[in-house]
Amino acid sequence: MSPKKLSLPTMNDWVAAVIRERRVFGPQAKGDRFAYDLLGCPADLRLDHDVTILPPKKYLMPPREVLLTFTRSGKFESVMEGEPLVLFGVHPYDVAAIAQMDRYFTQDNVDSHYVARRKKVTIVACDVQSASENVFAACMGTATVPDGFDVLLTLVGETYVVESRTAAGDALLALAGGLEDADAVSLGRREQLWMDAQKLLRRQNLRCQVEDLPGLLDRSYEHAAWRQKSELCFSCGSCVMVCPSCFCFDVQDEVGWDLVSGERRRQWDGCLLTQFARVAGDHNFRKLREERYRHRFYRKGKYLHDRCGFVACVGCGRCTTACTSEIASPVALYNSLLEDQ
Amino acid sequence: MTAEALICSDKDLYLPQPATVVSKTVLTATEILFHIRLDSGEELKHMPGQFVEVTVPGVGEAPISVSSSPDRKDGVELVVRRAGRVTSAMHDRRCGEKLGIRGPFGTHYPVDGVMRGRDIVFIAGGIGLAPLRSAIHWVLNHRQDYGKVTVLYGTKSPAERLFLDELSDWSCRPDVTFMETVDRADANWKGNVGVITRLIPTAGIDAARAVVAACGPPIMYKFVMVSLYAIDVMDQSIYVSLERRMKCGIGKCGHCQINGLYACTDGPVFNHADILGVQEAI
Repeated sequence: MSPKKLSLPTMNDWVAAVIRERRVFGPQAKGDRFAYDLLGCPADLRLDHDVTILPPKKYLMPPREVLLTFTRSGKFESVMEGEPLVLFGVHPYDVAAIAQMDRYFTQDNVDSHYVARRKKVTIVACDVQSASENVFAACMGTATVPDGFDVLLTLVGETYVVESRTAAGDALLALAGGLEDADAVSLGRREQLWMDAQKLLRRQNLRCQVEDLPGLLDRSYEHAAWRQKSELCFSCGSCVMVCPSCFCFDVQDEVGWDLVSGERRRQWDGCLLTQFARVAGDHNFRKLREERYRHRFYRKGKYLHDRCGFVACVGCGRCTTACTSEIASPVALYNSLLEDQ
Repeated sequence: MTAEALICSDKDLYLPQPATVVSKTVLTATEILFHIRLDSGEELKHMPGQFVEVTVPGVGEAPISVSSSPDRKDGVELVVRRAGRVTSAMHDRRCGEKLGIRGPFGTHYPVDGVMRGRDIVFIAGGIGLAPLRSAIHWVLNHRQDYGKVTVLYGTKSPAERLFLDELSDWSCRPDVTFMETVDRADANWKGNVGVITRLIPTAGIDAARAVVAACGPPIMYKFVMVSLYAIDVMDQSIYVSLERRMKCGIGKCGHCQINGLYACTDGPVFNHADILGVQEAI
């Protein structure tokens, strides 16, 4: 569908119409920050948010989800969770992270639980209107995204340019009634905004190209930065828990009150946490903070790149914000590796 | 990618198949041999060196190597050491009780590939004999397909030796060279004492003809490699099995990574040449 124009009042009506039809989750104010939550009315939607505390990943890969039910007598049944929902106002870097997740969970072995959930999600992306202090999406090539969404919204002056890319997006836009095609001026301003985003979303400046990162890591395994920075690490896992492109999980059984049946659930896990590589007999394959800290950057900057073709960092800066010890910033880490090249 | 373009699969790779404990045989103070049959009546169709995820419903899942040869059609055998929550719960399961099985997962010793026609040297350390036994049985069942067969086995003490009947059978067979050693002898032990690497120089290994299939703790590999290099065995001719925390078995959960490799899908059996530059491997 060709790009359309949405005035601010029409935009409001459209969001109200979408909320009436579907469950909509979007960024809303939470104290002085922003968080994705169920949207009750258009006024709560903050498309001017800088970044949300947690990424929208939580709707595609919830912190905890049921994989199956079992009985202790050995009956197992798959549980495919997930409900139709709209993610409204997703920033381009988070769209890019969802695309990475799509690849990760369908490459080689298809994770049917992820796919079941993902299939029911419609993504309304929104170009960034205000940059967060730690964002470096422009360095990672995710300040804007060419695809991976159903609908893209861009605020140009007092008007939104809205573009649907999929049938699901078309259906959502149909709720707005008859829309005018975006005029050349608006489209030109959108182009300009996309170019400006390359500067706006570079609050932290990575001093190399994203394509250089796997090679940089290849040469830096024994670099002193791993130990220096990790000496301050609390192994709290905040950096991985807020990350839109961390996908690791643990699986646990929970027996019900009847002590006969129960659920097997998976929950977020993170390689910074002490027990991540621990096996029975108390052997830990990554016992040292330094090893865990390094693994996080290699997993994201090299291993996933070699396996899936992407660097698993989209430059949202959430880890930088979340880290109490101020050691999680990928930009600071990569730049310090670059200094000694 | 959009949701519409996403690849789908009806298969739930996390869903275990119901299975039943057919019998339990106590091997040592900490190890039990389980004979398990899938309730569907189907064969597991594993290869030697592969593992399964065993569910004790309500307790969890643990990765366990298959100890029986694929030739054995009436279920599979698993050696389970009481080490953690799931394996302890397994030990408590009675015959006739239910488990869940997922798999088989991972790579295998190339008994159907490069090992055919070659001399085979099995090097087992401790419970490492459990996964190797699947390959040993296979090779002995198809003895004509292989050259000279050597089994080297080392344990910490005589009390930890597994499959005593089979050890004595292998030591009697004219077509198998069997040597074993213990790190520390007890009053009744009459055999070799010392680490397993001591057996390697005297085992009569022809480096040009041999393929080594090893399984044991990481520390064993370190020293075994030195001894194998000393008799000119090439890295390409050495296969090792690496254990990690294989949780999902399908390369998703991230726990079993050995640098960029997944123990669950790229391993657990690795050609030594493929892990030479992998810092976390051995």
